[in-house]
Amino acid sequence: MKIKLWGVRGSITTTGPETAYYGGNTSCADVWEDGWLLVLDGGSGIQKLVVDNQLANKRIDVLLTHLHLDHIQGLGFFKPLFDASMEIHIWGPASSTRTLHSRLSRYLSPPLFPVLIRDLPCSLTLHEIGNSTFQIGPFSLQSNYIIHPGPTVGFRVTGNHSVFTYIPDHEPALGRNGMIEDEQWMSGIDLARGADLLLHDAQYTAAEYLNKKGWGHSSIDDAALFASVAGVKHLLFAHHDPARSDEALNDLYAAFQNNNYTFKNELAREGMEITLP
Amino acid sequence: MPAYEIEIILNRQLADCLSIPAFITDTKGNLIFYNEPAETILGKRFEDTGEMPVEQWATDFKPFDENGKQLSPEELPLVNTLQDALPHHKTFWIESLQGKNQKISVTAYPIIGRTGKMSGAVAIFWKSTDV
Ligand SMILES: [Zn+2]
Ligand SMILES: [Zn+2]
Repeated sequence: MKIKLWGVRGSITTTGPETAYYGGNTSCADVWEDGWLLVLDGGSGIQKLVVDNQLANKRIDVLLTHLHLDHIQGLGFFKPLFDASMEIHIWGPASSTRTLHSRLSRYLSPPLFPVLIRDLPCSLTLHEIGNSTFQIGPFSLQSNYIIHPGPTVGFRVTGNHSVFTYIPDHEPALGRNGMIEDEQWMSGIDLARGADLLLHDAQYTAAEYLNKKGWGHSSIDDAALFASVAGVKHLLFAHHDPARSDEALNDLYAAFQNNNYTFKNELAREGMEITLP
Repeated sequence: MPAYEIEIILNRQLADCLSIPAFITDTKGNLIFYNEPAETILGKRFEDTGEMPVEQWATDFKPFDENGKQLSPEELPLVNTLQDALPHHKTFWIESLQGKNQKISVTAYPIIGRTGKMSGAVAIFWKSTDV
């Protein structure tokens, strides 16, 4: 399984030399296995995603964790949507009131965007998911609703030999005393259990989180605690705060390293490529 | 053990912030969480007991009507909610730990998340101000 991160910034894109190393594009990652391609989230990073001749068929599956703008703002610039020969499937969390089509259309329609979903030339299918399991080519997928404002899921992607868990927006610590350290009472834990790689929200420092409870995101410390309880092998901290420069991110991570977690962990960086068995 | 649905987890986190007693059960009626104010009604601590099957907690909690007749489980709002997935409310009496009878009101509501499936129920209690 090959993974590439196309955007790891949270909330809004950033640009400029001070964020050039970790990157300023918002959430997007791709996952390849046996010539099948999954695209996780359609943030601004998706515009750079290269679909070359590695694709074994004419199908691409785009999996949306939720419909906050930083996770869909690049969708309209994803070239395969404008290719009549392509079969595109978009999977997104079901809401109890409105369809995925109507919620996506709020953005993909004038005046916010010139093209309507129904006018896209590709063959497009939308799938509503919640606490679901489904199969896409060689991938077994599990989605679960997780704690974040509005319908939001995380994904557990199981390939031929490895598991990649993708939870870019998540606040498992929401409550009076933070996370309940008991697997039965932890949002998202079933998705991450024993994963080879976990990409998780780590937007804040522990001190910042105290003033951001309920905003839907995690501190780097809570992300690590979550990964530790889940027993993941490798953790990527993501959804970097747009106000955080590369230097500030390095400082934040240096301070965090005093925690001495034994599993591999690092800051997610735009352009990062990871190969799992 | 798979984790509870997030709507159950969030109800526990909410109950933990409340000063009124709250019980949370799964769909079978097993008591999966009660907050500190509820500990005074049950006379037990969640930290000590953990989750409790319905047979166990129902006997610790002795409800009766204004004539002193013990209420059967089918007459309790929480049990009604588990049966029909609708909210229920009732005022009745319980025997407090100090042996003094106390009139309480209970409202039970179902926890039904975005999937549309009931994942449990919550009962909240307060001292009745009914005449
Ligand atoms: Zn986000
Ligand atoms: Zn979000």
